[in-house]
Amino acid sequence: MSSVATPAQAPRKRRRHTKLQRRQTRLAWLLLLPALAVVAFVALYPLSKTVYQSFTNQEFLAGLEPTKWVGLDNYHTLIHDPTFRDSVGLTVKFTVITVGIEFVLGLIIALVVNSAFKGRGLMRAIMLVPWAIPTVVAATMWRWMLDDTFGVINDLGVRTHLLSHPHAWLAQPSTVLLSACAVDIWKTTPFVALLLLAGMQVIPGDLYEAASVDGANPLQQFWRITLPLLRPAILVTLIFRTLDALRAFDVFQALFGYRLGAQTMAVYNQSTIVQDGHVGYGASMSVAIFLIIALFVVIYVTFVRVSER
Amino acid sequence: MRHRRLVIVAGVVGALALVVSLSVAVAGSKKSTRAKAATAVSAPAVANAKAIRKKYHGQKIVFVGDSVGNGHVRDTRLAKRFTHDTGIKVKVVPHPSASDQSYAQLARAFASKSSSIDVAMIDVVWPGAFAPYLVNLKPKLAKLAKLHIGSIIANDTIKGRLVAMPWFGDYGILYYRTDLLKKYGYKAPPKTWADLFKMAKKIQDGERGSNPNFTGFVFQGNAYEGLTCNALEWIASAGGGHIIDNGKVTIDNAKARTVLDAMRTQIGKVTPQGVTTYQEDQTEHAFDSGDAAFARNWPYQYGIGATAGSKVKGKFNVTVLPHGASGPSVGTVGGWQLAVSKFSKHQGAAIELVRYMTSPAVEKFDAITNSNVPTIVSVAKNKAVVKKNPYLKPAIASVPRVTRPAKFFGTHYNEASKDVYQGINQILTGTPASQVLPQIKQKLQLLLKK
Repeated sequence: MSSVATPAQAPRKRRRHTKLQRRQTRLAWLLLLPALAVVAFVALYPLSKTVYQSFTNQEFLAGLEPTKWVGLDNYHTLIHDPTFRDSVGLTVKFTVITVGIEFVLGLIIALVVNSAFKGRGLMRAIMLVPWAIPTVVAATMWRWMLDDTFGVINDLGVRTHLLSHPHAWLAQPSTVLLSACAVDIWKTTPFVALLLLAGMQVIPGDLYEAASVDGANPLQQFWRITLPLLRPAILVTLIFRTLDALRAFDVFQALFGYRLGAQTMAVYNQSTIVQDGHVGYGASMSVAIFLIIALFVVIYVTFVRVSER
Repeated sequence: MRHRRLVIVAGVVGALALVVSLSVAVAGSKKSTRAKAATAVSAPAVANAKAIRKKYHGQKIVFVGDSVGNGHVRDTRLAKRFTHDTGIKVKVVPHPSASDQSYAQLARAFASKSSSIDVAMIDVVWPGAFAPYLVNLKPKLAKLAKLHIGSIIANDTIKGRLVAMPWFGDYGILYYRTDLLKKYGYKAPPKTWADLFKMAKKIQDGERGSNPNFTGFVFQGNAYEGLTCNALEWIASAGGGHIIDNGKVTIDNAKARTVLDAMRTQIGKVTPQGVTTYQEDQTEHAFDSGDAAFARNWPYQYGIGATAGSKVKGKFNVTVLPHGASGPSVGTVGGWQLAVSKFSKHQGAAIELVRYMTSPAVEKFDAITNSNVPTIVSVAKNKAVVKKNPYLKPAIASVPRVTRPAKFFGTHYNEASKDVYQGINQILTGTPASQVLPQIKQKLQLLLKK
């Protein structure tokens, strides 16, 4: 930015010190104050408290062990904690799989309900139902559907000979990730479709008319018009979903409880603080999770910046 | 126009979601309707009600109570009677059905000095951890405490303070189908785990033809507190110790490895593959819908199975759990106490509720209508009670009880138990015990040092 600075900027700088300018600056700060106070109270305070706690050995049932400053001890333990490492791996895998599949399916659904056909309004409503169901309810429903003795999925699978025998999807370690992904994809694809649909609706229709006149087929129209113009919506969707998936808690907790190998970062963090009562250690984990999620945000934002140039 | 359509769409989505949520909720609470039939006996009257009414009339207390089996129905009925007799309003809140989660909920309330809980149901392994947050009941309930089993009162007395009153006891027992044992030529229930696996396999193979969902054996294999109880029974019954013995971690030994690996190889063979996700409710459902030959559960299941309308009524019995190659049959000590929070604003009224709930009359009512183990000696020997609850017969009730190692860990017990049940669950889902037990041992040793 500064490299583009022109000599015209020099006099402007001097002008900032006029009385009026100063008064306006003061007024601006004054008007911003309530908002800043709210942000400080609801975001800055808890965040800084968490960071502070992460350097202590604080326990949940206070008074049993006096809280003291332990420096980087918690972080040292965290780096060598195999359960935490596993949970990071599981969460990242879960994020990549669900966001990828949800995006492709969501895009297809959005394209379908964006085209004009009879009963489109109803279709859009029905499409949203899975998303409107609370996650814990959805997970409970799926737990029954995936059950190895009376679950409908095994029953259908065996009847259609897709499965040789019923599987205990939720019990076998090899299908833990798959089951959780299925539930999340079922539940969240509508949300992705909704965001993409909103993006599609602002693309002017005359572009497609012009393309048709020029003889472009629907596939060409999709690649040349829809996809490029949808890019802002796509990026918003991906950022939303990635951050959401990285802090996945409810699906895993409702399906698996505190089983080893089925704990996401958030589940392990919650169990460390709430089940075990290690507030200090849990806080250091929260900070680590914050940094991991921040890393993803930085990657996305950089990508947006680069692609906008 | 556009807006109206949006509102309609949102309305339709909301309504459909609500329907789905409700139907899931209704399906989940199906068993409580079944429970109503079981409880025709009316709740006993409150003793000394007039004096209590005069003193505490109109006060409101919150009681965090049971959620497993018919527990919540029982709590609600007793609370209603208590309110009717004393004028003290009681709000009954069921606790999470996994007891480790229930522990976390209470710990949270106590840590924040919350007055939102007056009376809470606490597990037999918690008095040590929660003692500083509980009211000493000795001044008011010492006389009643003398009626209860001495060892449980001792368990609930921390540094001379009686922090909880025994409510009902628990120990693991084996449920078996008498009709199927006869059908397949067995005269007696299994004595050893090996016997059980053999019998379960034969019965399962035979029954699968008419019932594809049939399995030989169900227990609590999910990664939660209940699995710690189950695993302790397997290990102790094989002569492999009690997880911690004399302050030292003993779980990693050859006998424990053998019995745990034996269990692992049976998963999916004589049990459902999904038994590693079962808690008490799933166990009870499988057995009481006639889909299992054997089940390990607490005594409460007896009452549900013996209810009119149950598919296994008159077709099952209970006995001691099997044992391993070189150990005795044992049962893990469970059981629940009632405690009053130090942060309660109505401690007097709360103590009166505890007095009522742990009185001989209520324990008898609970044993007969709900098949819970009385903690009052005279009630446990009462003929009417024993007739309804055959597990109280001396042959079963006198089985050696094994205790979870709570006293060694104090406030860290919950975490220690988590290390145990997560590890055992790993074994059951396929990892050999020789890989997992050293890890559990290492984690427990770290916790013992704290």
